[in-house]
Amino acid sequence: MEAIAKSDFLAKGQQPAKPLVLWRPTAKTGLLSWLTTVDHKRIGFLYGASGLFFLVMGGIEALLIRIQLAVPNNTFLTSAQYSEMFTMHGTTMIFLVVMPIGAAFFNFVMPLQIGARDVAFPRLNAFSYWTFLVGAIIVNLGWFMKDGVPNAGWVGYAPLTTRAFSPTHAIDMWVMGLQLLGVASIAAALNFIVTIINMRAPGMTMMRLPVFTWMTLFTSFLIILSFPAITIALVEIMMDRLFGTNFFEVSNGGMPILWQHLFWIFGHPEVYILILPAMGIISEILPTFSRKPLFGYPIVVFSGASIGLLGFGVWSHHMFTSGLGTVANAAFALMTMAIAVPTGVKIFNWIGTLWGGHLSMRTPMMFALGFLWMFMIGGFSGVMHAAAPADMQQHGSYFVVAHFHYVLIGGSLFALLAGIHYWFPLMFGRKVSELWGKASFWLVFIGFNATFFPMHFLGLEGMPRRTYTYDGNMGWNLGNMISSVGAFILAGGIGVYLVTMVYTYYRGERTGKDPWDARTLEWSLPNPVPEYNFRVIPTIHARDGWWYEKRHADEVSREEEEHAKAEEAHGGIHMPFQSIYPFLAGVGIMIGAIGTAIVDPADHNLYPGFWGPKIAVTLAGGAIMFVSIVLWSLEGCEGTHIHLDKDGTVTGDDAHGGYPSNH
Amino acid sequence: MSSDAATATIDHHFDPTTSTGIPNKKVLMWAFLASDCMFFGCLISTHLIYRLHPPPGTPPARQVFSIELTSFSTFILLMSSLMMALAVNAIQKGNLKSMRWSLLTTIFFGCIFLGCQVYEFRNFVYEKHLTITNSILGTTFFTLTGTHGLHVLVGVIWLSGMLLYSFTGRLTEKEAIDVESMGLYWHFVDIVWIVIFTAVYLLEYI
Repeated sequence: MEAIAKSDFLAKGQQPAKPLVLWRPTAKTGLLSWLTTVDHKRIGFLYGASGLFFLVMGGIEALLIRIQLAVPNNTFLTSAQYSEMFTMHGTTMIFLVVMPIGAAFFNFVMPLQIGARDVAFPRLNAFSYWTFLVGAIIVNLGWFMKDGVPNAGWVGYAPLTTRAFSPTHAIDMWVMGLQLLGVASIAAALNFIVTIINMRAPGMTMMRLPVFTWMTLFTSFLIILSFPAITIALVEIMMDRLFGTNFFEVSNGGMPILWQHLFWIFGHPEVYILILPAMGIISEILPTFSRKPLFGYPIVVFSGASIGLLGFGVWSHHMFTSGLGTVANAAFALMTMAIAVPTGVKIFNWIGTLWGGHLSMRTPMMFALGFLWMFMIGGFSGVMHAAAPADMQQHGSYFVVAHFHYVLIGGSLFALLAGIHYWFPLMFGRKVSELWGKASFWLVFIGFNATFFPMHFLGLEGMPRRTYTYDGNMGWNLGNMISSVGAFILAGGIGVYLVTMVYTYYRGERTGKDPWDARTLEWSLPNPVPEYNFRVIPTIHARDGWWYEKRHADEVSREEEEHAKAEEAHGGIHMPFQSIYPFLAGVGIMIGAIGTAIVDPADHNLYPGFWGPKIAVTLAGGAIMFVSIVLWSLEGCEGTHIHLDKDGTVTGDDAHGGYPSNH
Repeated sequence: MSSDAATATIDHHFDPTTSTGIPNKKVLMWAFLASDCMFFGCLISTHLIYRLHPPPGTPPARQVFSIELTSFSTFILLMSSLMMALAVNAIQKGNLKSMRWSLLTTIFFGCIFLGCQVYEFRNFVYEKHLTITNSILGTTFFTLTGTHGLHVLVGVIWLSGMLLYSFTGRLTEKEAIDVESMGLYWHFVDIVWIVIFTAVYLLEYI
């Protein structure tokens, strides 16, 4: 029975801890409740809302790029503004859109899928979100400053990013912002790993985990193992910029190629960090709407694992033209082609899931099928890049742009949009109208293909990436015009999608529990999901746990009542108190980051010694962070106990201090 | 295992509330250390790569290093790991007094290591004229060993915080995992130093 109780129930005889300095917030509504929340579902919403906001921003940047390129010799943007646009577009879409929307699903869905009441470390989870938000703000601060936004490309190649070529604070902000986004991602990923490994409900063995949870686990491992590489790369460029070290200073023995290696050792696993969650979402949606279990579940899981593993051995295929030598190129080409195998296996498994299924063409399914098809096209051009000699021709051309937009929009974004549709009823208790859902799908689908398919041809005809304009006699006019028109159709589709979502949130058709007749555990919950998630921690009997429950209702409800009594005997449901400290730590980090990245170094005539505004602001921020973390660790995991009756109505709520003790 | 919670003995190697029986904090620390491995791996690789391509005029590292001092501080850091292990052992038996002495010794040894590093850095900068800006060796050396020094400093602060916390009466045998996961971190920082000592210092004497 212990497996049902949460760990805190076991420690006895603790004295309640007195609140130190700041009170323990208990607000359930209003701004303060959001700033202090430790509920994984609310943190998921925060991630999702931030991601969608930045989707609009990144989309506007993309539209400005497409307006500039619509006609030859255009002067809509200057070359400098154009560089800022493509840098911010790439950085935003990868770090501030696809990753946080993925994190929103990890947060919201994963604990529900494994039958947990929260993630393993709820306050650390809140800290991850606030750190992410600070990083996002730091990257975007340039819009309000005369230094402007970062402009060295999302890959930030040295020596372009060194002080000699980028003297303003724009790059400092990019470096610091990405550094913080890395910290946030690693903290969140550690949390998810512990949660999946250790907080599964009884009977939820690893090989019964829903595939989305598996992909969360793989993505988390990729994050904790690949982000350190970019952390070090960013530390090195920051040291070069702030302290005049020689990591990328050629005249003193530095080698800029090192940046490329470190960046892509992070950068290629990052590609899988963006696509594995998408594959997880698709692996949930296709079985639900085909009304069949996922075809070849173990193979899909192991393919995900091998994609993650191989992903660490292919980084140099981004550097085929940098002169690594034949042997290195051949080795990396082979490894890259090897990744196509598990990816192809997954595609066939998804097709196998559809095959013979009773397909129901609802909006999430439309997006999922769109994913399948579009991601395959992106995969095909990816295999073309794997061949080093072919890649030498395509490198730095629009062909590459076409390729990675097919995998990132046709792949990741389509799946994320599908996921929002799919889990919307669970999150908000309302269902998106099929008409507007499908209208947005077709607009997105047509606009996406019109934008990016012509880029294949533009690339093969020699149009280079990151060029801010082109001559009228290159033969690129038609392709670019189609592409720009397509971009506006795509934007219209995303607009319809977002407006539909907002409308549905307020006015949409209400749905009951489990509107899709789905298979996994999160659908066993009423919507919106109560704060404590599960009235009784479920016992899992089969891989598609909820599907089994629906077909063995009597047996399961008997078992539940038994377990409900046992849990009540253990003192009820333990809910952690909210905490202000993760947010305060984020504030400290923000101040410190501004000090490091933006405040000008001291003028030595004004401040002859060590102290100056830069040092002072940085240390003040660091001190706030440090004090917050100390108080955070001292406040302990206090909380309340909730007691429920059979229908899930709260009948009692007793605060307890320190560790649950008095029962 | 079910009777353990009821009777007074605590099994420190099995937590019945988690799916695997491993405490959450331990899994978290192991996963973090895996991440930190990659972190130091990238820094050490940077040093090793640049070591092979010294620009003309770089001073030979052997002329700069003082292997006697570094061997001494390495030995001290290793001994601190021993004391850390004793501290974990003590708290797992509920022996607070013994844990405090072991923690205090660990902190003391950690501080000696940091002191040696400060002395070494000052010596390199002012006597040997190796600075972080004037050569690629200085750049990679100070960044790598300095980052490790920061890890030791974080460890010393954490250890000191735990030592102070033990006087509040809230640290008991049941919270042994808090000391144990701190110990994992401390041992890891030591192991990284052994790698750095080998790859940065000893390698120059082959």
